[in-house]
Amino acid sequence: MPTDILMPALSPTMEQGKLAKWLKKEGDTIKSGDILAEIETDKATMEVEAVDEGVLAKILVPDGTDDVAVNTPIGVIAAEGEDVSAATAAKPASNGSAGEPPKGDTPAPAAAQAEPGQAPKVPAQPKAPSAVAAPPQPETVVDPEVPEGTEMVTQTVREALRDAMAEEMRRDRDVFVMGEEVAEYQGAYKVTQGLLQEFGPKRVIDTPITEHGFAGLGVGAALAGLKPIVEFMTWNFAMQAIDQIINSAAKTLYMSGGQMGAPIVFRGPNGAAARVAAQHSHDYAAWYSNVPGLKVVMPYTAADAKGLLKAAIRDPNPIIFLENEILYGQSMPVPKLDDFVLPIGKARIHRPGKDVTIVSFGIGMTYALKAAEELAKEGIEAEVIDLRTIRPMDVATVVKSVQKTNRCVAVEEGFPQSGVTAEIGMRIMEEAFDYLDAPVARVTGKDVPMPYAANLEKLALPNVAEVIAAAKAVCYRS
Amino acid sequence: MPSTSPSLHIPEPKHRPGASHDFSDMRPPPAGLLDRPAIDISAGQAEPLARGLVRVLNEQGEAVGSWDPKLDPDRLRGGLKSMLTTRAYDDRMMRAQRQGKTSFYMKCTGEEAVAVGAALALRPDDMLFPTYRQQGLLITRGWPLVDMMCQVLSNSRDRMKGRQLPVFYSSKEAGFFSISGNLGTQFSQAVGWAMAAAYKKDSRIAAAWIGEGATAEGDFHHALTFAAVYNAPVILNVVNNQWAISSFQGIAGGEKATFASRGIGFGIPSIRVDGNDLLAVHAVTAWAAERARAGLGPTLIEHFTYRQAAHSTSDDPTRYRPADEPEHWPLGDPVDRLRGHLTVSGHWSEAQHEAFITETSEEVRAALREAESYGTLTDGPSVSPATMFDDVFKEMPWHLRRQRQELGY
Repeated sequence: MPTDILMPALSPTMEQGKLAKWLKKEGDTIKSGDILAEIETDKATMEVEAVDEGVLAKILVPDGTDDVAVNTPIGVIAAEGEDVSAATAAKPASNGSAGEPPKGDTPAPAAAQAEPGQAPKVPAQPKAPSAVAAPPQPETVVDPEVPEGTEMVTQTVREALRDAMAEEMRRDRDVFVMGEEVAEYQGAYKVTQGLLQEFGPKRVIDTPITEHGFAGLGVGAALAGLKPIVEFMTWNFAMQAIDQIINSAAKTLYMSGGQMGAPIVFRGPNGAAARVAAQHSHDYAAWYSNVPGLKVVMPYTAADAKGLLKAAIRDPNPIIFLENEILYGQSMPVPKLDDFVLPIGKARIHRPGKDVTIVSFGIGMTYALKAAEELAKEGIEAEVIDLRTIRPMDVATVVKSVQKTNRCVAVEEGFPQSGVTAEIGMRIMEEAFDYLDAPVARVTGKDVPMPYAANLEKLALPNVAEVIAAAKAVCYRS
Repeated sequence: MPSTSPSLHIPEPKHRPGASHDFSDMRPPPAGLLDRPAIDISAGQAEPLARGLVRVLNEQGEAVGSWDPKLDPDRLRGGLKSMLTTRAYDDRMMRAQRQGKTSFYMKCTGEEAVAVGAALALRPDDMLFPTYRQQGLLITRGWPLVDMMCQVLSNSRDRMKGRQLPVFYSSKEAGFFSISGNLGTQFSQAVGWAMAAAYKKDSRIAAAWIGEGATAEGDFHHALTFAAVYNAPVILNVVNNQWAISSFQGIAGGEKATFASRGIGFGIPSIRVDGNDLLAVHAVTAWAAERARAGLGPTLIEHFTYRQAAHSTSDDPTRYRPADEPEHWPLGDPVDRLRGHLTVSGHWSEAQHEAFITETSEEVRAALREAESYGTLTDGPSVSPATMFDDVFKEMPWHLRRQRQELGY
């Protein structure tokens, strides 16, 4: 039986890469362990190693192809002695294997068709499902701040964040970015791609490895009148910087009687990615949400990431900007405007509905939106609200929705006790208790440090089924 | 002309990709130059050791000078075997990652002598607080490769029950503290452990490792302060492998002073050692251990070495350093150097070495076969979800029991 060689994943979050070079040609004999090809991602070069033995019957994706999706068949190995042409013909027979993207008639998107060396700006068709979290459907709700008829460009959240920083750095020479690996390496998650080249090493600064140290430096530079963007490789590593963030950045304006404050943005990936375990998966939204003097932003869409980061950089207060590694690679429409700035502290109705309000933020929105889709099939129209900013919280938008639907489910990846959803529940009780037809329900992560193993990780996180069950429960539907 | 106004200095390595390696300004002092002092020296007296480089093996492979630990040939062969096993293990697990059997791996290629030399010099029950690049400690202590592999593959025999990142081993039995992804935390913890041991009049000592990049962390400075103030029986090792992912050691302050010399200001006798010379690593570790056991307190050791491999499987060093740098490191390769020494002293042959490599490679292969029979990240049995709520606390509280039941376990 011929076997497909699939595009491998370098890491659990990798979705695509470049097929740089084939080291074997069609007709070559392959032994297990042979290096077949070289793959490049934005992070590294890797080798594709043969697991099966036989003859390389067919190369499906040629040298130099960009954006080959993980799990796309890139070649076919036929058994020793098997007719090579027969092997190629037999290929569609491998269709339908569980967990793999469609093969055969459906060519791998952007793999066979993209011109080498040029990544298409707007994919002609949706991306193939990845091995990890499937990207959400493109957003259909246009932000009210965007004028009618504005052209939308498709960007990843990563690119949107980079553009926000680049635009603000062009606009204001006081803005600079610092952190570990932000310059030469272009960011541990490539969010600062190209910034060193454009702005030079005095505005894009690789720091020594000490979050507490460079957070303090950032506060000092902000007090001196600059506008630092401090990138944390992950918010988990910022735990040692929390003294600078809370006791200095958040409180200095108040303690100095309003004389001096710290206009600074602390940003980086927050919460769970995939297979990175307890010390790289913690969601700190609730932590920072508790602190006077801080504004806490946690965007979900690429457009919000861009508009809110620009607003954060201009804001005269310290801003906690919580990103998400899984969202970095997801493509969504971003309005093409010269200066797209969104207001901090304003929620957005992402999907209108009348039967139940689902409130979430950040990656929690992916569960909320998928649940809303499923609920719609059963006749329940959920209104999904993206908080976008955790502090100050736009309670008015939530209350208005609850006054209409009389039911609410709050969703977050963080832990239940003292979580952001606990706050949402309390605020609704304070301001819309008489409108409720059911107690507010919440869906959160489980009360365990994040495990590594995929099966445990999946269980520890909230899921769509739990959101659906909670929505049905508050609607008294089974 | 000197600058007339304040200016910022941004450290830059000498060369980036595209250029050739350049170690012309690195002139390693000859082996045997520095003498082994008495164990009760002061920090000030140790200054030449902190700014120099202790080396035992010379260019010809002979062991020279008073630091020569004079290990018998069996012990040397044991050291070589441990280094070769570590290297073969790394290569095998790296390939397992490429084959999708695990999600992540980190090699220590080129730095094997740092861990192996120390493990040989310490007692088997001394407590180790390593980073993620001292797998050689476990291997030298004879910890089963299968057990390590099961952790990396996250299978049904993973002693950490599917909870920790690959290579973040921990083994109470082997005296190997749990690896932390938040850098540097183990450094002050090792000092705390050592102080507790001294308080309990325990004869065991602690040893900790940290990368040169992470010496910028507060934990490094806290550890040195407390170790010096309380005379803790601890060996504080800085592994200067030149690269913290893409940041060269100058970013951590290595341009201005050696990492070992930082200890002098704290009042800690400190030594900089050729980290690719197993005999030198063994000798300074044994000296430091003797000091700690004699109640003379801490020692700081900088291991001057080179990270030949990528930082991790998510990294590609050819993006930020000349591709030919690793093979031209002026202090050579630790395996080649120990092999050279054994050969020169008449205790080793080409045939013996080849046989050793074949044997090691077979052992690693067999271990992986066994480990894979218990499952891999993507295939075969894994940890039961019923265990997910265990060990959050010593006893399971009611709210966790309820969350477990809600999941159907």
